[in-house]
Amino acid sequence: MNAIVDFLGGDIVVTAIVKTVVAFAALLLTTLIVVWAERKVIADMQARIGPNRWGPYGILQTLADGIKLFFKEDFRPRTADKWTFALAPVLAMVPSLLAFAIVPIGDHITIGDRRIDLIVADLNIGILYFLAMGSIGVYGVVLAGWASGSKYPLLGGIRASAQMISYEIALGLSLVPVVLAAGSLSTVDIVAAQAGSVSNVSFFNGVPVLEQIAELFSFVPNWYIWSQWPAFFIFLIAGIAETNRAPFDLPEAETELIAGFHTEYSGIRFALFFLGEYVHVVIISAMAVTLFFGGWGGPKPDFLPWIWPIGWFVFKTGLFVYLFVWLRATMPRLRYDRLMWLGWKRLIPASLVWIMVTAVVNTEGVSRNARLVVFGILFVIVLFWLGKGDPRLTGAVTPQRRRVHGPS
Amino acid sequence: MNIEVVVFGVSFVVALGSSIAMLFAKNAVHVALFLVAAQVALALTFLLQGAYFIAAVQIIVYAGAIMVLFLFVVMLLGVDRREALIEPLSGQRTIAVGLGALLAAEIVYVAVKGTEFVIGGRGEDALVTINEDPGNVKALARALFSDYLLPFEATSVLLVVAIVGVMVLARRMGHEGFLRETTEDEGSEGAETDAEVPA
Amino acid sequence: MPEGGTYFGQYVTIGIFALVGVVLVLGTLQLAKLVAPNVPDTDKYTTYESGIDPIGSGWAQSNVRYYIFALLFVVFDVEAVFLFPWAIVFERFGTQAFVEMVIFIGILAIALLYAAKKKVLEWQ
Repeated sequence: MNAIVDFLGGDIVVTAIVKTVVAFAALLLTTLIVVWAERKVIADMQARIGPNRWGPYGILQTLADGIKLFFKEDFRPRTADKWTFALAPVLAMVPSLLAFAIVPIGDHITIGDRRIDLIVADLNIGILYFLAMGSIGVYGVVLAGWASGSKYPLLGGIRASAQMISYEIALGLSLVPVVLAAGSLSTVDIVAAQAGSVSNVSFFNGVPVLEQIAELFSFVPNWYIWSQWPAFFIFLIAGIAETNRAPFDLPEAETELIAGFHTEYSGIRFALFFLGEYVHVVIISAMAVTLFFGGWGGPKPDFLPWIWPIGWFVFKTGLFVYLFVWLRATMPRLRYDRLMWLGWKRLIPASLVWIMVTAVVNTEGVSRNARLVVFGILFVIVLFWLGKGDPRLTGAVTPQRRRVHGPS
Repeated sequence: MNIEVVVFGVSFVVALGSSIAMLFAKNAVHVALFLVAAQVALALTFLLQGAYFIAAVQIIVYAGAIMVLFLFVVMLLGVDRREALIEPLSGQRTIAVGLGALLAAEIVYVAVKGTEFVIGGRGEDALVTINEDPGNVKALARALFSDYLLPFEATSVLLVVAIVGVMVLARRMGHEGFLRETTEDEGSEGAETDAEVPA
Repeated sequence: MPEGGTYFGQYVTIGIFALVGVVLVLGTLQLAKLVAPNVPDTDKYTTYESGIDPIGSGWAQSNVRYYIFALLFVVFDVEAVFLFPWAIVFERFGTQAFVEMVIFIGILAIALLYAAKKKVLEWQ
């Protein structure tokens, strides 16, 4: 054993194995709880009781469902492509799991004389790694749709993948201004850049009244949500669309496509698709916290100083997971053309404009007047944009009706 | 013998194996998947050499975006359809052999010249030292936005050409009935449902 | 720490993490294969078409517009990838980098505008 450890590079490997085991255990446990919590919260919002049979408050319900799916037959249609059919659920699950590696869940702890950062791996290209895992995740959906050899999954798969790739662009572009402000692609650096208080921001320096006002808000943490809120909203919308959840759950629209790309899946393979979606929800929530809400940052009393950051991180992530559930209980599903309209004509141009605005504001040597001009132009553009709106929203004329009135 | 050699061996075997498998696979989707495997293995070799950014780009753009485009084309055309044995481009094979020979010559040339093409100096340690001091992405970006500015801006023009090209192509397909067939179906479906509702 | 820069150890960790992740998922599938029943039946192996026997092959023609979106995706993915190194060195280059990127994004924005004007981005 020692020989192997030395061969692999010494204590790096021991730390890596410990981190890996802990991370997977934590992530899977969280996912199980999230599935149960969603059912419980949705039930509450719909004035039902929800799962209440297994364990206190039904908390073991997900585990029971999982065990049940283990013992269910797992078959595939005759027309399916054997290997691709088997590969698809793995590709739906694994990238979401792997994306967790770059999420910092806390500060560091010290065991003996060794410092252990509470992150699986602090990559110098962390943000790109997150995007890379997202782009691999598309394959799970595409392949499931194609490999089933059936019509509903094929249509659902193409629809889902077109949706995912459209919003992946917006997701990627919404991260650029954050990277620009932090000056690093590493998630640890981005969290570190959000330490401190709002009043430290140099933007208001030199302006008499604003400087005083900024001083008043010195208790507010310097999270990117304040300066980067447009990027945050783009990230959140694109993130929800990436997970294929309501109101962007068109790929699984049961009234149109049965179950979409996983119609032909059963047993444990279906469970992988199902769990993959929830892991994805947890990852998007965790990334939103890391990028815009200061990660594990928060008040840190002297009692057990290392546990507070983890507590704050879990708490903030939990709020976002709750938001996901809340949206599902509240929002009706988007129509497909509206979905594409939102992605390509609103989110992508908006994120490009916002990147440029962030760039101007962050440039040293650009005068205050120049910044004001940029904000002024931006304001006019936004007003014009909002005023123009979408004819199909205001006029309620769908293109299909127009066609009926035309030739016939 | 250390871990780097082992990882290199694995990625080498995967890249070569899946490339060969790609050539002999019958199914178009399998071909695309073997290509993805080769791309990921290539990304691994980039990673081994300390080219972190290129490794990420290899996965995001090649394995992620371009291969999804390939799969879309395959799914739209349908795999089961009999392949036409007539070459749509006459002399396709001859051109392919010529271009292949050119590429091989290029690879041999670069392999012989070796580290001369490394940004920021020659020698094995060049990339390692660059990764230490300004950082991988920073060094690459500095080179890209100063010395290689023109190619960078030319990329955008190239991408625009691709966009315009695909729109013209899709439009023509529409005129020949490929696009029309499906939209007319959708249209009549919509007309039926709308007709039931008194306007 | 072996040679290869300070980040090499992190990539070793990622490698181990990825291996464990894949093994975990494949192990789950294998375990399920051991305990799940297997009762073959011809009807079970047909595809689902709302309870009716499937008609024709499992393939259906989809709209060519999906292809246009896939290509636009490739184009803007490349753009996004260029934006990240730009964002990293922005502080150093300042106004120069800004102008360079305005030209780059501007050209691509024209393409997006063209696509919008040609009604390619609309679904009907």
